[in-house]
Amino acid sequence: MLTYYRARTLAEALEVLGQKDVEGRVLLGGTDLLVGLRHQQGDPPRVLVDLKGVTDLGDPITVTDDGLRVGPTMTMAELASHQVVRSWYPALVEAAVEVGSVAIRNRATMVGNICNASPASDTAPPLLVHEASVRIASVAGERTVPISSFFVSPRVSACGRGEVVVALELPRPVPGTGSAYLRLTRRWGVDLITVSVAAAVHGDGRVLLGLGAVGPTPLLVELPSGLDLQDRSAIDGALEEALVVATPISDIRAGADYRAAMLKELARRAVQAALESTRRAGDGSPVRN
Amino acid sequence: MDPRFATESQVTVTATINGTPSTFTVPAHRTLLDALRTDLGLTGTKSSCTEGECGACTVMLDGKAVNSCLVLAAEVDGHEVTTIEALSPDGGSDLQRAFLEQGAVQCGFCIPGQVMSAEYLLSHNPDPTVEEIRSAMSGNLCRCASYNRIVEAVRTTAQERVNSRG
Repeated sequence: MLTYYRARTLAEALEVLGQKDVEGRVLLGGTDLLVGLRHQQGDPPRVLVDLKGVTDLGDPITVTDDGLRVGPTMTMAELASHQVVRSWYPALVEAAVEVGSVAIRNRATMVGNICNASPASDTAPPLLVHEASVRIASVAGERTVPISSFFVSPRVSACGRGEVVVALELPRPVPGTGSAYLRLTRRWGVDLITVSVAAAVHGDGRVLLGLGAVGPTPLLVELPSGLDLQDRSAIDGALEEALVVATPISDIRAGADYRAAMLKELARRAVQAALESTRRAGDGSPVRN
Repeated sequence: MDPRFATESQVTVTATINGTPSTFTVPAHRTLLDALRTDLGLTGTKSSCTEGECGACTVMLDGKAVNSCLVLAAEVDGHEVTTIEALSPDGGSDLQRAFLEQGAVQCGFCIPGQVMSAEYLLSHNPDPTVEEIRSAMSGNLCRCASYNRIVEAVRTTAQERVNSRG
């Protein structure tokens, strides 16, 4: 038994989602939610609260001097073709263009992707290395959570019952920042990741890695400051230490040993790709995709 | 319990289907795919995996290719849906003829979805490379494995359209 509720305002949506005896779920692109409904995964929702008709959520994407604000209705396809996203967050574009298929990307949203809190989410690693924040609203008000503490466990995020993620906020990268996203899949198109790594070489010298599908949540690690990114053995040593947080499992896509080995190789390549991206940054050349 | 949510809702949807305004009432859980086939009698759109993996149910929603199995009928209220039936009255659009001429159609079940994905590609990329065609249509599976012929049908149609525009 299911009810469809098209909210016109955020307040309406929050009022319904906040009702104690209503099992409500937010409906955005539906590309994951409808698959779950069909297979009756978890506790089936009784009320789907569609946010696509909400008029007071602001523009789907807003660029300021300080960064970028992405609303819940921004699709993967729209995100990947946005000029500022392409220029400031190349890893995010490289992830968004790989999610599902063309038809999925026309519908799936980035906010929906992170709210599913899958450890294999493509957009989570780039959002981690670009240090995004998540704005969460409820009837009690709004709060901001760094994305590094947003993912709690498989399919569980910091956005709880009665709450709605109203925006992802990305700080503007300092000049000289570059990033890249690399993913390993069993086939070229339309597959979930076996392992993925986003790397960002920030203009202030910090090197961050976001790791996908090698733990119960997407993971964020930082390489030691002052690391010579041209020195392969130094990088290998740093990765050896940094990647101990990964706890890959064996499943239908790969064995744990294979995942661990590929993680290290992907991480090494992602750091180099991010370094190359810093050289392209600001010269207006298109990102790889 | 809030009386609005005590029973399954019937949703009345008004949408433009293949250029014609249409109003229909469906249960909340009904997908666009099932509404097209069951409530509107448009059986050209095929139902196969019903979970967004195969692309057989591809239609255009406001001009963009989507998997109709992953859209609720309720969500298209106020929007425009285009199905394979809109391309030509007799299945004889230039792209559909090219599929036949290239021998791209074996069992035929995936073809409506393939054609809709190809039309969407050509709507924003009129002269795609083979790689671009393969990438854009990677969400449409063909278990007869006619992929090379499908790509060829899309490529030749694109070239003919570009040439005819001069």
